[in-house]
Amino acid sequence: MNPFIEIITQPDNIAIVIMIIMVTFFMVWAFQQAFQNDRLKAGGLPVEGENDQDIETWKPLVRIELIITLAIMIGLTVWSILVDAPLEEIANPTLTPNPAKAPWYFLGLQELLVYFDPWLAGVVLPTLIVVGLIAIPYIDINPKGNGYYTFKERKYAILIFSFGFFILWLLLIVIGVFFRGPGWLWYWPWQEWDHQRVIYEPTRDLTSMIGIDSRSIAGFIIGGIVTIGYLVGGMVLPYRYWKKNNPELLEQLGMIRYATIMFLFITMMSVPIKMVLRLVFLVKYVWITPWFNV
Amino acid sequence: MNSLFEKVKNNLVWKSVFRRDYRDTVRDRALAIFGNVFLHLHPVKVRESAVKLRYTWGMGGITFFAFILLVITGVVLMFYYHPSVDQAYNDIKDFEFQVPYGMITRNLHRWAAHFMVIVVMIHMFRVFMTGSYKAPRQFNWGIGVILLVLTFLLSFTGYLTPWDQLGFWAITVGTNMGAATPLLGYQGPFSEYLHITPYNDVRFALLGGTQVGGNALLRSYIWHCVALPLLSIVLMFVHFWRVRKDGGISRPQH
Repeated sequence: MNPFIEIITQPDNIAIVIMIIMVTFFMVWAFQQAFQNDRLKAGGLPVEGENDQDIETWKPLVRIELIITLAIMIGLTVWSILVDAPLEEIANPTLTPNPAKAPWYFLGLQELLVYFDPWLAGVVLPTLIVVGLIAIPYIDINPKGNGYYTFKERKYAILIFSFGFFILWLLLIVIGVFFRGPGWLWYWPWQEWDHQRVIYEPTRDLTSMIGIDSRSIAGFIIGGIVTIGYLVGGMVLPYRYWKKNNPELLEQLGMIRYATIMFLFITMMSVPIKMVLRLVFLVKYVWITPWFNV
Repeated sequence: MNSLFEKVKNNLVWKSVFRRDYRDTVRDRALAIFGNVFLHLHPVKVRESAVKLRYTWGMGGITFFAFILLVITGVVLMFYYHPSVDQAYNDIKDFEFQVPYGMITRNLHRWAAHFMVIVVMIHMFRVFMTGSYKAPRQFNWGIGVILLVLTFLLSFTGYLTPWDQLGFWAITVGTNMGAATPLLGYQGPFSEYLHITPYNDVRFALLGGTQVGGNALLRSYIWHCVALPLLSIVLMFVHFWRVRKDGGISRPQH
C-alpha cells in the first residue's frame, strides 16, 4: 500500500487527521468572524452579539445541547463501529520499537528533543507553557476584544498565541506523527521507512563555528555570553525601544508585567531560533557548562 | 387517550417524581431548569449568543459530554480488568472478544479520549479568540488550563493500562522526561548536589520503580481511574460554577 495512505489510516492516526480537519475548520471560522467584526466596527456598527437579548434556557439551549449530544454520540459510535482501537503485542521490555513515540499530544514536546536536552524540552518548557497560559489574563491588559471575535483590536496577542498554538504545538505534533520514522529521522509520507538508514550529520557547537572549542574555558565564556546575552538583551532592548517610542505602554504594564511578558516571549522564540540553528547551521549546543547544556 | 394520560399522571407515584404539571408558562419554563438538579447548572435565561453555535462552537459542553461518556465506558471496562502485569493484557483481549459489545465499548473509550483532547484544545482556542479570559474571568481561564493539563494526564495514564507495546513504550518515553527534571531527576542538572539517584528521583516516584513494571501499572491505573477523575470533577465544578458567577457566556461589553 502507499505508505502515505498507510500512515494516515493507522487507527490512532485517524484521530490526528480528524484533529487537522477540525482545527483548520475552526481556525478559519474564528478569523472569518474576527475580520467580519472588525469590518462592522470600522463601519460604526455593533459587533456580533452586542445587541443580544436574554432568552429562556428551556427550551432553546437545552434543545441545541440535546441535538449536539446526539450528533456527537452518533459520530463516535460510527467511528467505533468502523475502526477498532489498536491493541499491539503484549508489553515486552526487551523489544524496543523504533521509533518509540510518546502519546500523540506530547509529540510536539518529543520533537523538541531534537533541538534541546531533555531537562529543557521535557520539563522546563512544558512547565513554562502551563505557567505562561495561566499568566495570559494577568499580563494582557488590553481591555478590548472581550466577548467577541476581533483581530484588529488584539493583533499582537492573537498573533503570538496563534504562533504558539498552531506552529509550535500543533504543527510539531503533526510532524511527530506523520514525518518521523526510525531513529526519529525525517520521512516524507511517500517514503518507505528504512530501519538501516543512518544519516551521518556531524553537528557542532556554536563556538566551534568560530574555531573555539566549546568545552574550553573560552568556549564556556562565549557560550555563556551568547545565552545570557540573548535573555538579558531580549528583556532590555525592547524596553529601551518602547521607553523611547511608547512610554505610556510601559507605564501601563509596569515592571513585573513587562518582565514576565518578555521572559515568556523570548523563551518561546528560543524554540524556532534553536531549530534554525540546528537545521540550517547544524549547531547542537550554544552553551556547554559542567552542569547542563543549552 | 387523555384518560390514560390522566391515569398515569394522577397518582401518588407520578406526583412524587414530578411535583407539578408542565404548562409551558414562563414560570414552568424557569422551573424546568432550576427544579432539575442536572439542568440547574444553567441559568434560567441566557444570552442569545450562548445558543448560537457560531460563537461558542459548543466546545466546552462537548468536552464535558466526552468526559461523561469516558466515565461510563471506563466503568464498564473496570468491571473486566485487573491492573496486574499477568492479567491486564489478557483482560483486554477477553473484553474485546468474549464480552458482548466489548469491542465497541473499548473503541468508544479510545476514540472519545482522543476526541476529548482535540475538543478541549479547540475550546481553549475559542476562549482565547473571543477574549473571554479577560476580566472578570481571569481565574476561570487558569482553572481551564489546569483542566487541559488534567485531560492530557488522564489520557496519558490510560495509555499503559492495556499493557501492550504501544502503551509500555509511550509511558517509558514519557516518564524518562521525569529523570531529566532539574534538581529532582537523576539525569537533570544540579541533582547530584541533592544526592538524587535513580532510586529516589521524580521518575521513581512516577513509576514506583526504576522501570515500567507492575508498580507503574498499578499507579497509572489508580491515577487514571480514581485520582485524576476526582481531581478533574472537583475542578470542573469550580469551572462551571465560575462561568455562572463571572456573568455567564462572555459577550461584548457596552
